[in-house]
Amino acid sequence: MAAGSSRLGAPMYSQKELTSKKRDEFEDILEERRQSSDLRYAMKCYTPVIYKGLSACKPSAIKDSVLQSEQVQYVIKQLSKEMGESTDIIQEEAIEILDEMGHNLHIGAIRFFAFSLSKIFKRLFQRVCVNEEGIQKLQQAIQEHPVVLLPSHRSYIDFLMLSYLLYTYDLALPVIAAGMDFLGMKIVGELLRRSGAFFMRRTFGGNRLYWAVFAEYVKTMLRNGYAPIEFFLEGTRSRTAKTLTPKFGLLSIVMEPFFKREVFDTYLVPISISYERILEESLYAYELLGVPKPKESTSGLLKARKILSDNFGSIHVYFGQPVSLRTLASGRIDRCPYRLVPRHLPQRLSEDIQEFVTDVAYKMELLQIENMVLSPWVLIASVLLQNLPAIDFELLVEKTLWLKGLTQAFGGFLEWPDNLCANKAVTSSLALHSNIVSLVNGQVVLNDVRVEDGATEELVFKRALSILMCGAYRNQLLNVFVRPSLVAVALQMKQSFRKEEIYSCFIFLRDIFSDEFIFFPGIALKDFEEGCFLLTKCDVIQVTPQEILVTERGNSVAVFLAALFRPFMEGYQIISRYLSKETKEAFTEKQFILGIRNFAFQLLQSGSTQCYEVLSSDLQKNALAAFVRLDVVKKMKTTNGFTYTVNKEEFNKTAEMLDSRIPIRKLVTARL
Amino acid sequence: MPGVRISARSAPPQPPRVTSHPAAQRGSAMAAAAEAAAGGGPGSQPAAQRRLRILSGHLQRSPASRAPEPERLLSPSQCGAGGAAERPVASTIPKKRQEILKWNGWGYNDSKFIFNKKGQAEFTGKRYRLSGMVLPVLKEWMEKTLGASLEHKITSRAFLNTSDVPPSIVNEEFLQDLRATKISYSQEAEDRVFRAHGHCLHEIFVLREGMFKRIPDIVIWPGCHDDVVKIVELACKHNLCIIPFGGGTSVSSALECPADERRTIVSLDTSQMNRILWIDEKNLTAHIEAGIIGQDLERQLGESGYCTGHEPDSMEFSSLGGWVATRASGMKKNIYGNIEDLVVHIKMVTPRGVIEKSCQVPRMSTGPDIHHFIMGSEGTLGVVTEVTIKIRPIPEYKKYGSVVFPNFERGVACLREIAKQRCAPASIRLVDNAQFQFGHALKPQVASIFTSFLDGLKKFYITKFKGFDPNELCVATLLFEGDREKVLQHEKQVYDIAAKFGGLAAGEDNGQRGYMLTFVIAYLRDLGLDYYVIGESFETSVPWDRVIDLCRNVKERIVRECKEKGVQFAPFSTCRVTQTYDAGACVYFYFAFNYRGISDPIHVYEQIERAAREEILANGGSLSHHHGVGKLRKQWMKESISDVGLGMLKSVKEYVDPNNIFGNRNLL
Repeated sequence: MAAGSSRLGAPMYSQKELTSKKRDEFEDILEERRQSSDLRYAMKCYTPVIYKGLSACKPSAIKDSVLQSEQVQYVIKQLSKEMGESTDIIQEEAIEILDEMGHNLHIGAIRFFAFSLSKIFKRLFQRVCVNEEGIQKLQQAIQEHPVVLLPSHRSYIDFLMLSYLLYTYDLALPVIAAGMDFLGMKIVGELLRRSGAFFMRRTFGGNRLYWAVFAEYVKTMLRNGYAPIEFFLEGTRSRTAKTLTPKFGLLSIVMEPFFKREVFDTYLVPISISYERILEESLYAYELLGVPKPKESTSGLLKARKILSDNFGSIHVYFGQPVSLRTLASGRIDRCPYRLVPRHLPQRLSEDIQEFVTDVAYKMELLQIENMVLSPWVLIASVLLQNLPAIDFELLVEKTLWLKGLTQAFGGFLEWPDNLCANKAVTSSLALHSNIVSLVNGQVVLNDVRVEDGATEELVFKRALSILMCGAYRNQLLNVFVRPSLVAVALQMKQSFRKEEIYSCFIFLRDIFSDEFIFFPGIALKDFEEGCFLLTKCDVIQVTPQEILVTERGNSVAVFLAALFRPFMEGYQIISRYLSKETKEAFTEKQFILGIRNFAFQLLQSGSTQCYEVLSSDLQKNALAAFVRLDVVKKMKTTNGFTYTVNKEEFNKTAEMLDSRIPIRKLVTARL
Repeated sequence: MPGVRISARSAPPQPPRVTSHPAAQRGSAMAAAAEAAAGGGPGSQPAAQRRLRILSGHLQRSPASRAPEPERLLSPSQCGAGGAAERPVASTIPKKRQEILKWNGWGYNDSKFIFNKKGQAEFTGKRYRLSGMVLPVLKEWMEKTLGASLEHKITSRAFLNTSDVPPSIVNEEFLQDLRATKISYSQEAEDRVFRAHGHCLHEIFVLREGMFKRIPDIVIWPGCHDDVVKIVELACKHNLCIIPFGGGTSVSSALECPADERRTIVSLDTSQMNRILWIDEKNLTAHIEAGIIGQDLERQLGESGYCTGHEPDSMEFSSLGGWVATRASGMKKNIYGNIEDLVVHIKMVTPRGVIEKSCQVPRMSTGPDIHHFIMGSEGTLGVVTEVTIKIRPIPEYKKYGSVVFPNFERGVACLREIAKQRCAPASIRLVDNAQFQFGHALKPQVASIFTSFLDGLKKFYITKFKGFDPNELCVATLLFEGDREKVLQHEKQVYDIAAKFGGLAAGEDNGQRGYMLTFVIAYLRDLGLDYYVIGESFETSVPWDRVIDLCRNVKERIVRECKEKGVQFAPFSTCRVTQTYDAGACVYFYFAFNYRGISDPIHVYEQIERAAREEILANGGSLSHHHGVGKLRKQWMKESISDVGLGMLKSVKEYVDPNNIFGNRNLL
């Protein structure tokens, strides 16, 4: 509770209006595309509205002004002094960086994309649905202040889709921060550049020149109101479909002009892009299991053509209400440390500001989550994973409908095909995902997870693949369910009614899972109360001043909610056991992942656990990070990367907390 | 709009004159005007007068004065005829201010904007260049920019209803003591109300529609330093509260009486202490009583061929003592300096005694400069009674000028370069586009077809030929002073720099009208108030690199706040850069809005003003460049000067005035 107090003054995170959140209606934009000429569409008159303060300039002029900026010149001079090199050489270097990085927005490329993407999208997707009210608000915002677009990141399609949509609605095309890996793709890299992408190296922490040039490049475009800036808070595509914890670097760069009052305000626009079926679903599963991801290459893209014959269902893009940075900062960052320092000096962000940036990042991700559309399949996958290896179709429909009610009660944004009866809705979902599930003799089964004997490594791998793919859909539900569910897990773990105990267990869980799920920093109590509120609303629990009691009716719900998060609980337990038994003195992350993978494979092969998800490298890394955070594992910097050692004393405490009363198979514990 | 510190570039009582003219001519015009004002009084023989005064100083040293210091002997700190007898030094503003000044608005009774029978705006009176002229486009501007309409009029009370005025509560023993001193005083309602306020919007609003909760109980007019000493002694003896009053042009709520003040409030009006006591031509200084108002000071010095060059926008009405007490800044500070640069010696009466330095030297290293406790003390420590100030020979030649820039950014860049090269003319100001257009709204009817043709041609040249966007361009107004030759040389230098920033010379007339606007705008607020339009000005100082951002953000904040507060018509929100320094600039904002449909306009207005100030501070601007803090901006003092800084000021107050006799509660 104390943790919350430091930020209580700030109304950054308002408890969502859980009762009846009004959301906009969707429009399918592909419908029109299917009826009229793509060529004419690509050649249409494109005159987007622009920022009122825009001083029109070409991409090359932007590069020049970046290079000549006080900020960059200052760093160049500093470096030249320190390294004893002439400023000319460093300036050359800066020019190279700029050329490598800079976008080259070009209407021709955009028209090319508009044409070809129309073709591709129409083949891939049934519908592309957009909330037009959100578009209108965005259009308004673009004219008023610089705009930063913050979409969720699940697929490469994300930024193509977004640019495509903005083109469709005659809005200014964004410039997009993209990873350098794209540049490796011949032609495509250049095309992306011409359609507004600019490229950043994945890591450039130590390179001050790169940082200065990059930051100034982004800020110049923002200040000029040249175009909306788009980047992904999550930093990379989420392989698990869970929202990744935010990265702060770019966000703090785009917020800086406001902190320095170089702009009056900046709009942050959270955008939620949800896919009924993710293009890269199997790729991600392989990756999570340690089969390395193929490098981006044009030929790879061409090979991927075969997916063009596949059906990927609908996409929902929800443009959230533009959030005024000034409004967020009001009362928190009214005065800036920049008042006493020239604004062009590179300055470390003060703690206040860092905290603020963090809060904004989390707030934006929570807004993304709030407007993420959940398809029926997400519910089906969640039910299915709790009923492996197979479930009766009728029962599946029944349970899915039950879960639909629960999801809506928890404020999930469900798009349920109202015109179809439940049976048909489920059937069509199953059909869309036939690569993962099949209907066999009235039983719904997850492919490759049939009851077969034998547990060769290959079989385990195949099963894991299916479960991880399926899990990626269930995961979409988790951030909506996490608060009530963790209360349910805490209730189960503690086997107690005392509110205080349950709350402290909740805090522990929230903390250990804070890399897995998105929690607004420092408000554990609010999260707990929200969880309790939702459970009370659904008649699952009764809360008295001292106690929390599970109602008789609510027991099954509580069990379901706890089970939803069991893979994570179990996964972390297994990892904690691995750490206690198996590890050498110091280990690297790589060694850890290899080790845990072998350990888990053994467990799975022997049948002593069914927790296939422990094989996910995402979960493994998150767990390691969590243990580091809890001081159970010590992280040390060495010459080539980091090494880890287990802190034995702390370790036992945490392991005990994790293990307490978790009904995993007793057998396992016994045998180990 | 603000009032305040609006200056009359052309010293008000003068007849309209041509732009550039030799100073001699100006001097004689002044003398003539002075003669007219003073009724051919004693001002005509200043030298003899001065000698006489010095003699009388020698002869009648006040018994109240302490250990005689060498220069004290020379300084006639007492009144000529002993006690508070009326002296023959004539001021433009009479002791009964209401005789020629408005009681519920800005400036002279005879000067105001009206709409004549044809519905055209007109400026009445004879005092200003604009007086008696018709302004054909002002009405349209008011309708278009502020959404005002002649049909919606709201008039002020016609006269002060003395029965509304809080009664004067003064204890009889004090009155007896006071009478014994023979110092002039008044308990009349009109005199007291007149000194209960400055010219903040809310103060004027109260005058028009309501009444102050608390006003001074008595007005006292000391005639000289010794009178002030006596008054302060009496105030200490009887535990009274003194609020010094100079010209009454404050725009910081500094003159407002604290509503909960239980003691008798004495308004100490310095206006009768207005003699120039001596002029020292060897050192170019003059010793002057602090109650003198700006126009009288310059006029009287002018008779001897000198000037101070200190011309705050309010100089028609504001007083020397007031300038010192608020750290005033003059338009021509580039040549003459601000008040802190001009002052050589200050004498101030405090409850602890008199504070002054022992010599009149250009600079000294004797610990922190005690003048800096006095300057900006805003009447919280004592009353400034006499000041020695630098004087300069009246410049031979004076020339206005103006430059048009394609946009505000270029204009600011040019001003910055001029400051960098340290070649700023006596005055240089840059108005933004909105203010430029406003200036056009105040153009008088053109006399001939030829002039209007010429205007059209100029406009065509700038917008069509040079490609300036009429909604972007902005204007810098210039004032050069000095030797004729040097002025012309200087002018060329400045115009050359301007050209590098895309600036086009736009003529003397535009320049002069720009400066005229400054004083006219104060009268304009009264017109606005008649038509549901309220407005105000405020100022700040800011480093060069933040000027543009600050201007844009503050204007935008005003617009946004108005919208949020339900103001139905977009406000008039505009700024100008009025002073340049090595390290930054002074920026002056005007804003006005139409308050029809708002139930509590003053409250809304105050919220917006506060937001604007917050914005200024967030953008790295100062709390005030020259208006001062008063009570209006007190809430930000701590963050402006740090806890320790505030503590230092408080401890000085604690020592100098432990019983809070000077209880106007400004600043701290």
